[in-house]
Amino acid sequence: MISHIDVSTVLKRSVCDLYSNLVTRPTGAAVRIGIEHHLDEIGDRALAVLDFSHVGLLDFSCADEIVAKLLMQYVSVDNPRREVYFVFYGMNESHMDAIEAVLERHDLALVTQLADGASQLVGMVDGDQRQAWEMIGQLGSAWPSDVADATGMLPECAERTLEKLWRRRLVIRQESGYVPLRRSGSSRVNGGEGTSGAPGVIAS
Amino acid sequence: MTTIISVPSSLDDQSFEHIFDQLAALPPDEKILVDARRTRWSSPYGLTALLAVAQTRLERPALAVPEHEDTASYWARASFFRHAATVYEISGKVPRTRSSGESSVLLEVTPVSQTADIHTVVENIQQRAQFILQERLHLESSVTMRFTMALSEVCQNVIEHAGTGGWVAVQAYRWQQQTGRSVVVIAVCDAGMGFRKSMESSQGPRLTDRWDDGMALEETVMKGATRFRDPGRGQGLAGVRRFIGKWHGKFSVRSGTARIAVVPVWDDDVPLKEDLPSFPGAQVQLTIPEKFPDK
Repeated sequence: MISHIDVSTVLKRSVCDLYSNLVTRPTGAAVRIGIEHHLDEIGDRALAVLDFSHVGLLDFSCADEIVAKLLMQYVSVDNPRREVYFVFYGMNESHMDAIEAVLERHDLALVTQLADGASQLVGMVDGDQRQAWEMIGQLGSAWPSDVADATGMLPECAERTLEKLWRRRLVIRQESGYVPLRRSGSSRVNGGEGTSGAPGVIAS
Repeated sequence: MTTIISVPSSLDDQSFEHIFDQLAALPPDEKILVDARRTRWSSPYGLTALLAVAQTRLERPALAVPEHEDTASYWARASFFRHAATVYEISGKVPRTRSSGESSVLLEVTPVSQTADIHTVVENIQQRAQFILQERLHLESSVTMRFTMALSEVCQNVIEHAGTGGWVAVQAYRWQQQTGRSVVVIAVCDAGMGFRKSMESSQGPRLTDRWDDGMALEETVMKGATRFRDPGRGQGLAGVRRFIGKWHGKFSVRSGTARIAVVPVWDDDVPLKEDLPSFPGAQVQLTIPEKFPDK
């Protein structure tokens, strides 16, 4: 299932309908809890597109409360309670300032998608992880042996690296192999309702 | 008996030390009259710190309004008297506020005591900040958001650490004395707990010979230490430092008996001043200078 969550709408519903800026820790915590409520409704395996397009300002405190704490809860643990992938969409330059700082602080990484559809891997990843992630993006769907062939990486290294990327929820693992995280352009629903079965993105 | 505290004619973070000096020897229950009659100019630091002074007094202090019409008028437009009336007995003529059209006041004196205040500050300042930062300071459009982020973070510092409310003000002016450039100045002042006591509230005093206000400022402002166990804490002021560094600005924090500063090349201040007259809380100032064209 894919869920499009308009973070600005969550802000207005959770905190105040007059606000358009994500500032202060209490605001960030309230928005994160609102997002978590959406995630509780979308099943055990899902891709959540967090859309920041309508967010004005994102300060460091809010970035820490929303982005870092969401990732730490769903991604950066040995046994996350659900298989949730995140794509961060609509980030501007100043959003990225705050987000990159908190990713560095907590040794995290995430995938952003730009308006033109191009994906970016942001945050703390090593060279092998970045190379493998980029190759998965180029190939669309691949097994470790494909990545090893394409990059010159040793097969064991490719397997280990893709496993790490999957555990960090930076690529999706499916029966057909590893696939990149992509936002589905047609599934935009304000406030966090979901659509299921979008082709090529995630199969439950 | 009332002790008269004389306010310098030009009031900024440096000259305010004269006021702190006069206050340091007084018991908190002594009645004071803050005499600003001969004051001709004040930075936002001066205005917000004057309000913080009143917070420290057990008996409601008095304030004598500047006699110079332009000065009093400016202070009125900056909403100083509106808030001063809540903490001071005001003597002298307070001008009626009138709309000034284009103003160098980016953000009037605004109380900061809860999260909603920060949302108000951020919502109110963005449009005016964009104009001033781009038109007068010749900075790139991308700086506006980062400027507002820095403002948000220093305001949050009051709410999270002061244990009481504070005030924020933002103003643009030409800084003849130092650089001849236009600058934008953010000041956030409170008379609350201060950095050292905030750190001690969770960890107690440090077991070191040198645990004082200066060391508390070094650890918190420069190294990102915080009283919270959450490892995500302490990023706000680090972000402010990065912003200030990128735009060649100045960032100073005074707390207790010490003052720490990120000093740019255009300024001759020292990074750390200690043994200052004691004053509670935290007094923060950010200065962003006009960008000169690359030679």
